[in-house]
Amino acid sequence: MTATSNDKDTAQAAAEVEMVTGVIDGHEVTVPKGTVIIRAAELTGVDIPRFCAPPLLDPVAACRACLIEVEGMPKPQPSCAVELGDGMVVHTQLTSEVAAKAQAGVMEFLLINHPLDCPVCDKGGECPLQNQAMTTGNPETRYTLQKLTFPKPINISTEILLDRERCVMCQRCTRFADEIAGDPFIELVQRGAHQQIGIGEEPFDSYFSGNTIQICPVGALTSADYRFRARPFDLVSVPTTCEHCASGCSLRTDYRHDAVMRRQAWDDPEVNEEWNCDKGRFAFPYLSLDRLSGPLVREDGELRPASWPEALRLAADGLGRARGRAAVLTGGRLTMEDAYAYARFARTALATDNIDMRARAIGPDEAGFLASQVAGTCGPTYAQLAAAPAVLLVAFEPEEESPIVFLRLRKAVRQHGQQVVTVAPYPSHGSTKLSATLVPAVPGAEAHSLAALPADVRDLLQQPGSVILVGERAATAPGALRAAADLADQTGAHLGWIPRRAGERGAVDTGCLPGLLPGGRPLTDPAARREVASAWGVAADDLPTSAGLDLPAVVAAIAADVATRRSAAEQGDEAPANTIDALLVAGVEASDVPHSDALLRALQDVPFLVSLETRPSEVTDFADVVLPVSVVTEKEGTFVDWEGRRRPFARSFPLATTFPDAEVLALLADYLDLDAAPRDVPALRAEIDSLGAWGGERPWPGAAGATDTPNPGPGEAVLASWRLLLDRGIMQEGEPYLAGTRQPSVARVSAATAAGVGVPDGERLSVSTDHGTIALPVEITEMPDGIVWLPMNSPESRVTTTLRATPGDTVRLGRE
Amino acid sequence: MPLTPVITAHWDDPHSYTLDSYRRHGGYTALAQALKTDPDEVIATVKESGLRGRGGAGFPTGLKWSFVPQNDGRPHYLVVNGDESEPGACKDIPIMLANPHALIEGIVITCWAIRASHAFIYIRGEVPMPIRRMQKSVAEARAAGYLGKNILGSGLDLEIVVHGGAGAYICGEETALLDSLEGRRGQPRLKPPFPAVAGLYASPTVVNNVETISSVPYIIKNGVSWYREMGTEKSPGFKVWAVSGHVTRPGIYEAPLGITMGELLDYAGGIRDGRDVKFWLPGGSSVPMLTADHLDTPMTYEAIVDAGSMLGTGTPMLFDETTSVVKAITRWLEFYRHESCGKCTPCREGTYWITGTLEKFQEGRGSQDEIEDLVEICNQIMGRSFCALGDAAATPYAPSLALFRSEWEAALTQPADEAFDPAATMIIPSMSGVGA
Repeated sequence: MTATSNDKDTAQAAAEVEMVTGVIDGHEVTVPKGTVIIRAAELTGVDIPRFCAPPLLDPVAACRACLIEVEGMPKPQPSCAVELGDGMVVHTQLTSEVAAKAQAGVMEFLLINHPLDCPVCDKGGECPLQNQAMTTGNPETRYTLQKLTFPKPINISTEILLDRERCVMCQRCTRFADEIAGDPFIELVQRGAHQQIGIGEEPFDSYFSGNTIQICPVGALTSADYRFRARPFDLVSVPTTCEHCASGCSLRTDYRHDAVMRRQAWDDPEVNEEWNCDKGRFAFPYLSLDRLSGPLVREDGELRPASWPEALRLAADGLGRARGRAAVLTGGRLTMEDAYAYARFARTALATDNIDMRARAIGPDEAGFLASQVAGTCGPTYAQLAAAPAVLLVAFEPEEESPIVFLRLRKAVRQHGQQVVTVAPYPSHGSTKLSATLVPAVPGAEAHSLAALPADVRDLLQQPGSVILVGERAATAPGALRAAADLADQTGAHLGWIPRRAGERGAVDTGCLPGLLPGGRPLTDPAARREVASAWGVAADDLPTSAGLDLPAVVAAIAADVATRRSAAEQGDEAPANTIDALLVAGVEASDVPHSDALLRALQDVPFLVSLETRPSEVTDFADVVLPVSVVTEKEGTFVDWEGRRRPFARSFPLATTFPDAEVLALLADYLDLDAAPRDVPALRAEIDSLGAWGGERPWPGAAGATDTPNPGPGEAVLASWRLLLDRGIMQEGEPYLAGTRQPSVARVSAATAAGVGVPDGERLSVSTDHGTIALPVEITEMPDGIVWLPMNSPESRVTTTLRATPGDTVRLGRE
Repeated sequence: MPLTPVITAHWDDPHSYTLDSYRRHGGYTALAQALKTDPDEVIATVKESGLRGRGGAGFPTGLKWSFVPQNDGRPHYLVVNGDESEPGACKDIPIMLANPHALIEGIVITCWAIRASHAFIYIRGEVPMPIRRMQKSVAEARAAGYLGKNILGSGLDLEIVVHGGAGAYICGEETALLDSLEGRRGQPRLKPPFPAVAGLYASPTVVNNVETISSVPYIIKNGVSWYREMGTEKSPGFKVWAVSGHVTRPGIYEAPLGITMGELLDYAGGIRDGRDVKFWLPGGSSVPMLTADHLDTPMTYEAIVDAGSMLGTGTPMLFDETTSVVKAITRWLEFYRHESCGKCTPCREGTYWITGTLEKFQEGRGSQDEIEDLVEICNQIMGRSFCALGDAAATPYAPSLALFRSEWEAALTQPADEAFDPAATMIIPSMSGVGA
């Protein structure tokens, strides 16, 4: 929606807020009614000690560290729970002997059973207990009895360790797990001084468990990975943006020398609030794993190290020869600036529109949808999502695919009863935690479910401010994107598209799709071409005029070239020119693409392959030239989150010696003797900004309609599948403790479907195609018959490579 | 002052707990009467009677009922607190055992008044007998049409659930009780909201003590003026006094509020073996101790407060001169340390610290500094804890120091068992040496 209506909403909301004025330590303060004293005091610059009161959790008033005096109340009051009232006169520790004494008393109590092992505690140096003991505590203890002891840390998951001696029972962790994550796997057990945090029969395998370490005000919770590895005061902290998904979390990277020691959620109220997911927090060892240290070139069939000039010369020569007959595959993990550099390099240096950032399952509708509905737009936003009365999820599992979106939805459900409806094959764990209503959908036939949406769901969406969120998987369901866009038009709901990878949205905005120029400009529109050509300093006629090939079409074209060459050779004719003579590939993992065998064959068959990569991969295996590039900690850049909000970040390591993709492309352009594109991030950003968003028509031609719902025969089922947050993704490599918290891999079918193939609950079900079989324990799930769900990329279940299938395909079921 | 048996009037009947016996003595007539009265009038009657909660705090019952919002479209609940766990308190369990139908009749009348159709009786988990008895009696009452649908043609539907706790003193605190009843960990809730606004399952809820609700049918049947003839203006009515300790005949004596401890002690046959009172507590271990000087104080909410203590549960405990104050206080604090729920810092850590220190005194290893420190540590709990349990734990030490300082000073070097023969203080001589 437009900014104007947002402002109006905000102004209206402000007018409705009732304000109260109280006096804190002699200073008048006016706050919205309902503000607790501890927050009001912060506004006057008064810091009241606290342990159990982080702002985003409901007050419990358990630790009693924040006791203050309120005139007219007989006892000291917990400032974290008592709301400032009109005319209330409050005295904090600064002006009240009673308050100061009460706080000091609590501090003394908190330390009697605390081990005071600060010199060996991970929290030492950044510990609220330590800090407040210094400000509020006694220098010497009166306590001379034996302290309570517990056996030292116990694993409450493979990732999280609990040191019960250090715990001050503020319940932040248990309340976070219950209130925010919805995973109450930890709870208080025992009572009195023996009270402790405990787990039940299951470990604390929550996707958000790492947040408990960060909000723990003492060193009771530590991570297996970071424990004993660094002291906070030896770390350098840099704000950054998470590269794992499109949620756009603000993170803080803490490094020492040239190694990342840990990552934490950074406070950004508009995006991730104070939270992030465990993948964003713990999955960073890959950054330094197995890195390419220098360029490689192929000689006599083998890759050998080469100097940058040699490698760049070879790459430029190969690509220059293929000008007009090249293709660029950019993956979905580039920064906005790098993606823009590829988009520009393809259209200028390579004179081609064959560019696709989607290393995943795609559909015929998607490019048009992205160009007309997404590219260069902004919103819906997290704030709109939080305020929405109803949210419809289409082929999107927020907890697995965009965890901060999940947290925001859960908050809205919990705080104002937001109604979530999900179009999915079954109510997932995440949907259940959102109390979502299920509109059952056969994978691939989501368009039918949307067309036949129950009237009450349509009514929900007609409430002003409702939102429809479409996941990237909707692309593979014929007609689903069109149906969702139509539904948004009919109901007035905001439409949001949520990709899984951090770089996809930025790549859409900067034109890494065939037929789409930066800022949502249609390539086929001459005016759009003129705008872009002028920004790039080229003649409009030099830009491609017709839409290029997407990834599957590139793969098919290379296969066709091979066939043509072969038949020409058999006939003894001279081979005609290839459609694709060279590929420039950046950060693509072949196994992410359905029918990855075909992609691998294309990589092998294409006459010239240049790979820009950080680590050896299946792409570098076939490359003629490999150019190493920077990882996120070594460069600055911007990820554009699902909202379309820019999330710029600086580079973490000032001394990094690698080149970002954009810089390598600029070097290549130099070697090609072409007018150089800007090579540094500020210049790239300036150019993107000066281009801005397209103001003209955004056509969405020729969309595919819905196909018939598949009708699996006996012993068959339609495949449903999505990626779990924690799976065998290569960016999670090197973190075994995180991997230990993955969900166990199961196959899900209905009771009738399981009975149909004679597999009882818990036994192993085999799911097969002509290419392979995946066998997993079956978990009978309430879902439509004739559907089988598998994790898409888990260690025991690799759908794209083993089955070479996509959701919606028919597969065979059997007993292993 | 004469005894006034009301709730306990027929406890010597062979089967006083049966429906037959209860009805024979006029049971359930108050119900029929109440159901013909407007609910608001029932609340008004209880308000006028001045009945005060018998769970310890003495809050006016009718006033509590009137806090329940009416016509709010939400279900209302009555929860009866039968989690009697206070050291020295033993009145609710006997009432449930000997006169369960008075409680049930009181529940039905109360539910009529506050427009509730579900009531819960939460009974201390360690005592299975009253749980079984209440279950049986509820079934009896239901079969007789006093519970279920359209009770006595009034249009009132009511079901009673008898729920056994899991053995935690904290669950006698009303909001912890509600959490426990909902299946959660029993720890007190943040107030506001108060239970009358958002209690059980976030709905308006009245939580009353067993004795309070059991008094209701008699007030309805006999009227406000009859009730107010007993007791004082601020503490009207009768009370079930459970007298325990070093008395000749410990037990239950029902008499008006305003009776003195001396009179009750006479009914109980005086201190055993003609000994003298050393100290006594008017209502459970959570109230400050008094001495023989206060035996003539009327047992009313107001007079006992003036004397420096609290009426509490109205279950006096008396101790003779064979008792070590140090040991008695230590024993109570051990109870509070064990029962502290752990939620708030002052109670959790404070009871642990105080009790550990008291145990040193009990062993004759105290220190002069600690005598004074303990007062300060208690003050760091008093008024700072989350619920009244912390205050209760912080209560006993200071009055004992004021009254018996020499004993605490003796405990710097002399173990309590040397100063006071444990066998002599035992009520049942054969148990001497056991648990000493």
